[in-house]
Amino acid sequence: MPVLTPAPTPTATPFVASGPDADTGAPAAGSRVADRSAVGVTPRRVLAAEWLKFRSVRSNLTTLASAAAATVGFGMLFSAFAGSGDQVGPNRAGADALAMSLGGVNLAQIFVAVLGVMFVTSEYGSGLIRTMFTAVPTRLPVLGAKAAVVAVATTVVMTVASFAAFLGGQAVYGVPEAAMSLGDDGVIRALFGTGLYLGGIAAMGVALGFLLRSAGSAIGMVIGTLMVAPLLVRLLPSSFSDPVSRILPSTAGEAFRSVATSSDLLSPAAGAAVFTVWVVGLVGAAALAVRRRDA
Amino acid sequence: MIEVTNLTKRYGATTAVDDLSFAVRPGIVTGFLGPNGAGKSTTMRMILGLDDPTSGSATVGGRALRDHPAPLAELGSLLEAKAVHPKRSARNHLRALAATSGIPYRRVDEMLDLVGLTDVADRPAGQFSLGMGQRLGIASALLGNPATVMLDEPVNGLDPEGILWIRGLLRSLAEEGRTVFVSSHLMSEMALTAEHFVIVGRGRLIADVTARELAAMAPAADVLVRTPEGGRLRAALALDGVTVADEPSTAPDLTPGYQVIGLPAEEIGRRAAGAGIVLHELVTRRNSLEQTFMELTQGAVEYGGHETSAAFPASPLPTHRPSTNRKAA
Repeated sequence: MPVLTPAPTPTATPFVASGPDADTGAPAAGSRVADRSAVGVTPRRVLAAEWLKFRSVRSNLTTLASAAAATVGFGMLFSAFAGSGDQVGPNRAGADALAMSLGGVNLAQIFVAVLGVMFVTSEYGSGLIRTMFTAVPTRLPVLGAKAAVVAVATTVVMTVASFAAFLGGQAVYGVPEAAMSLGDDGVIRALFGTGLYLGGIAAMGVALGFLLRSAGSAIGMVIGTLMVAPLLVRLLPSSFSDPVSRILPSTAGEAFRSVATSSDLLSPAAGAAVFTVWVVGLVGAAALAVRRRDA
Repeated sequence: MIEVTNLTKRYGATTAVDDLSFAVRPGIVTGFLGPNGAGKSTTMRMILGLDDPTSGSATVGGRALRDHPAPLAELGSLLEAKAVHPKRSARNHLRALAATSGIPYRRVDEMLDLVGLTDVADRPAGQFSLGMGQRLGIASALLGNPATVMLDEPVNGLDPEGILWIRGLLRSLAEEGRTVFVSSHLMSEMALTAEHFVIVGRGRLIADVTARELAAMAPAADVLVRTPEGGRLRAALALDGVTVADEPSTAPDLTPGYQVIGLPAEEIGRRAAGAGIVLHELVTRRNSLEQTFMELTQGAVEYGGHETSAAFPASPLPTHRPSTNRKAA
C-alpha cells in the first residue's frame, strides 16, 4: 500500500528533488491537500465543475447570447411586419400575435441545441472527457451536470428573452388592435413554456453529444429532428402523419409554447408530457451509453 | 500500488491486451515499456476505468478506480497531452478538474507553479506548445496529491530541459512513497529513471524485472578486435566456445575488425601479446538496456531459456529494429 505521509505544513519534503526548477522555490509536497478526507467527488461538486467549464469558454456565452438576440430581434421584426402587404400564411393580418413575436425561436432552438452538443463533443474531440471520467469514474455525474448546467442556463436566459421578445413584439405589432398582453389567456404559460422548451432542446443536444460523440453527426441529428422530421412526416398519409406529427419534439413543444388551439396539436399539458419524455428518454439513453461504452 | 490481474482486452478479432498480470509497487519508478501498439495505452485505460476489460481486472490501491470516493487523490494520470478546451485558460481547466473533487483552488496555483506555467496560466490552453500542454497534463495529474501517478509517454514533446525536469520529478514522486508508473516506447529514456520494468509486446508480458535483472538478461557482451593479422588472431583464439566473426566494415581504410564472443578482452589481449599479434583496437562492448529491450521485444524466443522472459514472439517493430545487430553503447 502506498505510504503517503500527510504533510500538514507547506514546507515539508520538496516536491521536486532535482531538475531545472528545483531551486526556484517550486511548491513542496506540503502543498498537498491538507485534509484528504475532505476531498471526494460529489454530484454537487461535479455540477460546480461543469458550471465553471461552461462559463469559462466565451463561445458558450456568445452562442446563448445569439439565441437570445435571435429570439428578440426576429420576434420584433416579424411582429412589426405583421399584417403588412399581401403576405399570406402566418404573417397575415390577425395572425397569432404571440406566435409572431416568438418567431425567432425557430432559429434560437438550433443555437441552443448546438450549444448543448458542443459542450460535450468538444471534450470528446480533445480528450478532455476522458480526463473528466478519470476524475469522476462513475461518469453519470458528468452527464447529469452537463445536462443540468446547459439546460438551466438556457432556460433562464431564454425565458427572459421570450418575455422580451413578446413585450417588444407586441409594442411594435403591425396590427396594433391584434396585439396581445401578458394578461391574455395562456400567454404567461406559453412564455415560460418557451424558455423550458429551449432548455429541454439544449439538454437533448447534450444527450445527442454523448450518444454520437461527434459534433457533425449530433448537430445533423438535431436539425433532422427539429426541422426536417416535421416536413417528412407531412408527406405520409394523414392517418399516419397526424398522430406522429403531434408527438415530434418540435410539435409537442409547440403545444405548450403557443396559445394556438389546433387539431394538429396536443393540449399544452399533453405536449409538455410528450416533450419531457423525449428529453428524459434521450438523456437516459445517453446515460446508458456513457456507462457501458469505453470512453 | 497498481495490480493488474489476467487483464485481457479484445476488439473484435484483435487482442490488444492478452492475459497481462503485473504489480506496480510504491516507492520506485516503474517503466512500462513496449513498442508502439504493444497495448500499453490500452492497459492504462483499463487501469483508469476508461475501457472495460474483456476479462481480468485492474485495481489501484486495492480497488477499482471507480470504487474510490476520491479518484483524483488515488490515481493521477496523464493520457493525452492536449486534452483541454483550446479556448479555456490553463487555470480554469485545472480549477474545473479540482472542483469535481473539492480540491481547493490554492492547490491549482501551486501546481501551476510546480510545472512552471504560472506566467501563462490565464492564456487559452490551445495556444500552448506540446511541451507546455504536457506540463499542464502533469499539473492535472498531481492535482489530487495522488498516491499513484500514471503517465503515458510524458516526455513526448518536451525539450531537453523539460525532460531533465520530468526525470527529477518522477524520482522525487517515488521518493515520497508514491507509486509511479510511466510508459514509454524508448528504453533509453526509461533506463535513466526507472528501477523496475514491465515490458510488453503484442499485448503480452515479456518481462517484469528490476533494472539489474534486465541488465543480466542481456546476451553476453562481445569484444571488438581490430588487427591486420586476422588469420593469426583466429588461430590464437581457437578454443572451445569461442567464436570469432568478421565485423562488418564501416570504412574501407579501417583495419579489419573481428567480433569475439566467449573470451574477455583481458584474455584476448594476453593471447595476442603471447603470439606477437599487433592489435589496433580492443574494445569490450556491452549491451545497453536499450539493446536488450529491443531484442526482447523483437523476439523473446531467443531468450526463452531465461526464467523471467517468456518464450513467445513479441511484436517486431520495424521502426525500432537496429540496423546492425549490435553496436558499442
